[in-house]
Amino acid sequence: MENILEFLSLHREAIFIVVLSIFLGIEVISHVPSILHTPLMSGANAISGVIIIGGIILVGHASTTFEWVLGIVALFLAMLNVAGGFVVTDRMLEMFKKKKK
Amino acid sequence: MDTLTNIIPANVILEYSYLIAAIMFVYGLKLQSHPDNARRGNQWAAAGMILPMITTLLLHKNQAGSGISMVNGAVVIVTMLVGGIVGTIMARKVKMTAMPQMVSFFNATGGAASATVALIEFSKNPDQAVLVGLLGIIIGSIAFSGSMIAFGKLDGKVGDIFASFMTYVNLVFMATIVGITLFILLGGLSLEIRTILVYSLLIVSLIYGVSFVMPIGGADMPVVISLLNSFSGIAASMAGFIYHNEAMILGGILVGSAGTILTIQMCRAMNRSLLNVIIGSFGGGGMAHSSEAGIVKEISMSDAAVLLSYSAKVVIVPGYGLAVAKAQHLCHDLEKMLEEKGVEVKYAIHPVAGRMPGHMNVLLAEADVPYSKLLEMDDINPELPNTDVIVIIGANDVVNPASEDDPSSPIYGMPIIKAREAKNIIVMKRGMGKGYAAIENMLFFNDKTRMLFGDAKVTLQALVTEVKSL
Repeated sequence: MENILEFLSLHREAIFIVVLSIFLGIEVISHVPSILHTPLMSGANAISGVIIIGGIILVGHASTTFEWVLGIVALFLAMLNVAGGFVVTDRMLEMFKKKKK
Repeated sequence: MDTLTNIIPANVILEYSYLIAAIMFVYGLKLQSHPDNARRGNQWAAAGMILPMITTLLLHKNQAGSGISMVNGAVVIVTMLVGGIVGTIMARKVKMTAMPQMVSFFNATGGAASATVALIEFSKNPDQAVLVGLLGIIIGSIAFSGSMIAFGKLDGKVGDIFASFMTYVNLVFMATIVGITLFILLGGLSLEIRTILVYSLLIVSLIYGVSFVMPIGGADMPVVISLLNSFSGIAASMAGFIYHNEAMILGGILVGSAGTILTIQMCRAMNRSLLNVIIGSFGGGGMAHSSEAGIVKEISMSDAAVLLSYSAKVVIVPGYGLAVAKAQHLCHDLEKMLEEKGVEVKYAIHPVAGRMPGHMNVLLAEADVPYSKLLEMDDINPELPNTDVIVIIGANDVVNPASEDDPSSPIYGMPIIKAREAKNIIVMKRGMGKGYAAIENMLFFNDKTRMLFGDAKVTLQALVTEVKSL
């Protein structure tokens, strides 16, 4: 219980961001036609690669072997997610470009 | 950069770069809601990702106040280069039909990265096993192992396990995860026990991801991927909490809520609740299979060509079979040829046709079919009674009238493309096999239905030749 209260007071600003982002996400997404659902899922998946910032911080300050090894693994996987995610989305969306009649 | 950091502290610049990144994510997602801007939106989001990567590398300082050293920075850059190149190659090489698997795979790597980051952070500060760190490990692991199973299933490497007891097994796993988490958070445990518990949590979560996806049938895989996509977003934002990093928190939660909305929309398209998808092991028999189905009638290629060429209005219903056969270009050829003969041709797109929502749109767009020709289910259904021929290419469950007629069917209540209301029905199909949901389709036995058996590509090729020669 203490943990939870401590968490709530320690992360006030972050919790504000979370709550508002939830509504933002709902608002932004609810207007997407189903024609774009797959690319959108893919695009959103690429954005979830923001974990790469955590990876950069980790490897950037790594000192023990454990941190080095797992940090590099995490950073590599995150970069796969970012690069692959955006490129695959781009390939999908490339096909939606306007056709001249 | 040095002169700038003399005026404004580096951490302030860093945090504002995160704000800008977050705005670019939101704006990028927003642009992706219209076909004309979607590609630009994705580029905005990608740029929004590159910015904080650079600023973090240049400006981040740890709690001791030291920045990223040259050696560490070099390793970061090399690792990212390798990851970036591998990811780009994979994304470039993947075939159109395998895109859903690819998305699932990249989702798995993101989830794994989040779980790993959370795990390392725990090992650095084992005294502060905070809730967010544990959630990062749990959700990231589930996203990873679940996505890998979904990837395997879509790739045909992993089969389905339909067993009602899996629901109970999963409940036990879930209870175990909650139990261990509470135990770590509340109990005054020694460091060793705490470490053991955190690793057990990781392992149980990984197993849970597998057992969570295993019993869910292929027809529901899109929903699962969408759900796991939101999981990996939430896992990333949990890791963001550890670093008090606004870009990670906002980006992750944005994906989390967007993924959840998308998941709910997909469930709604199938007229089912999310809980029903997760628990109700779809497609696993248990229903009355009607064997008195009737007679299946075939049609010759030339008859089909004549029927199509002399119609006023033709509607094509694409399905996964079209994607598998890679026949989208031939499909477009047929459409163009019929249009030249004055036939009005449209495509009817079911929200869950193929293996993901929008799968058919992407596929047909690749073949240059203008998206004004693609009509969604609710728009096309009223037009079907005055449609001369509806051509079903490799689709099955999305036109199955059992969803309207048979309350015992697992897909009862799912909205479908009402193919049987058209005047004539041509079904292109490899054989009399059942669709992904493994349910008998009475449409094939309908009096108005004629079958064209064979691989969609071969059949379409023959049909195009036939129509051309008329």
